[in-house]
Amino acid sequence: MSNVKHFTNGLVKENPTLVLLIGMCPVLAVSTSAFNGIGMGLATTFVLAMSNMVIAMIKNLVPNKVRIPIFVVVIASFVTIVQMVMEAFVPGLYKALGVFVPLIVVNCIILARAEAFAQKNTVMASIMDGLGMGLGFTFALTILGAIREMLGNGSIFNFRFVSADANTILIFILSPGAFIALGYMIAIFNRLKKK
Amino acid sequence: MAKLESNLKTMVLSLLGVCAVASGLLGYMNKITEGPIAESKLKTKLAAIQQVVPEFNNNPGEEKYTIPSDLGELECFPARKDGQLVGTAISSQTNKGFSGTIVIMVGIKPDGSLINTAVLDHKETPGLGSKMVEPKFREQFMGKNPETDKIKVKKDGGTIDAITAATISSRAYCDAILRAWNAYQKGGKK
Repeated sequence: MSNVKHFTNGLVKENPTLVLLIGMCPVLAVSTSAFNGIGMGLATTFVLAMSNMVIAMIKNLVPNKVRIPIFVVVIASFVTIVQMVMEAFVPGLYKALGVFVPLIVVNCIILARAEAFAQKNTVMASIMDGLGMGLGFTFALTILGAIREMLGNGSIFNFRFVSADANTILIFILSPGAFIALGYMIAIFNRLKKK
Repeated sequence: MAKLESNLKTMVLSLLGVCAVASGLLGYMNKITEGPIAESKLKTKLAAIQQVVPEFNNNPGEEKYTIPSDLGELECFPARKDGQLVGTAISSQTNKGFSGTIVIMVGIKPDGSLINTAVLDHKETPGLGSKMVEPKFREQFMGKNPETDKIKVKKDGGTIDAITAATISSRAYCDAILRAWNAYQKGGKK
């Protein structure tokens, strides 16, 4: 497979959220607004691409039986670096995403891609796979966040289109709304993909 | 290069190597981000102080003192204009919120009435409790004196309109303000 294919694979064919259904915890917890979705998605994309790259580089130096602890150390280091850099240089974004950044470590998309892809493929292919998977995740998270924000809060990217006192469908901001909206999203996506 | 075999020596060495590189890198990153992080934290605090007290021309950060409360020491930043105390910014907190601790800055006039409040940190539900950062909710407290006006949500017989579907967050906000005010009355005036 060419590198372009590795990239598009994560966007549509094996979209981690809508097709593989992995890493659902952040998807449901963070998608309360479109902005949160995009921020979390891009932070995950960065960590995913970097950890895929490093794991592909060191794959021959990693004995099979201790691969999981080594992968986790690599991933956790990148997440901590992202967190420190964000807190120091973009405090606004850090404030908005602060709680979710450490959660990237336990996002199983990252470990799953390290295990299923990066340890068997070349560095370039692994970076493309990480970027594709990450952007596919960002795409799903942003759409879901936009739907929930529109229905539940009457705004999109913090731009309000109904008055602040209007009655919105609050359930979409709360956890049950995440399951309902995600269910419909997966159904529609799979229907479109089949055609 | 062939893949390393899994025996005790390779396993220990590779894990040790990866951990050593990772911790070295993290230590280095910590060193270069430490300064900017402390600076940006101080900046947020100063911006919040400016929001909750009237115009001042001293340096409240330098005159910082602490007063005791049931949730530990609260930091107080006295604001003076030409040596005259115009207000005190108190960093207060509550753990009665919907999720996690809410940290706010409360500005109190020397006569005990509230000037303004600002949110420093919270983890309330986005779209519901998070609306407490909006002026519409916070403006209700301006000018009120907890001695005469009840700082409680209307449901509890007070004077504050709670945020729709976020009564718990609104109650917690009142609780944090009262914590600062009570501590200030008990001996925080300087």
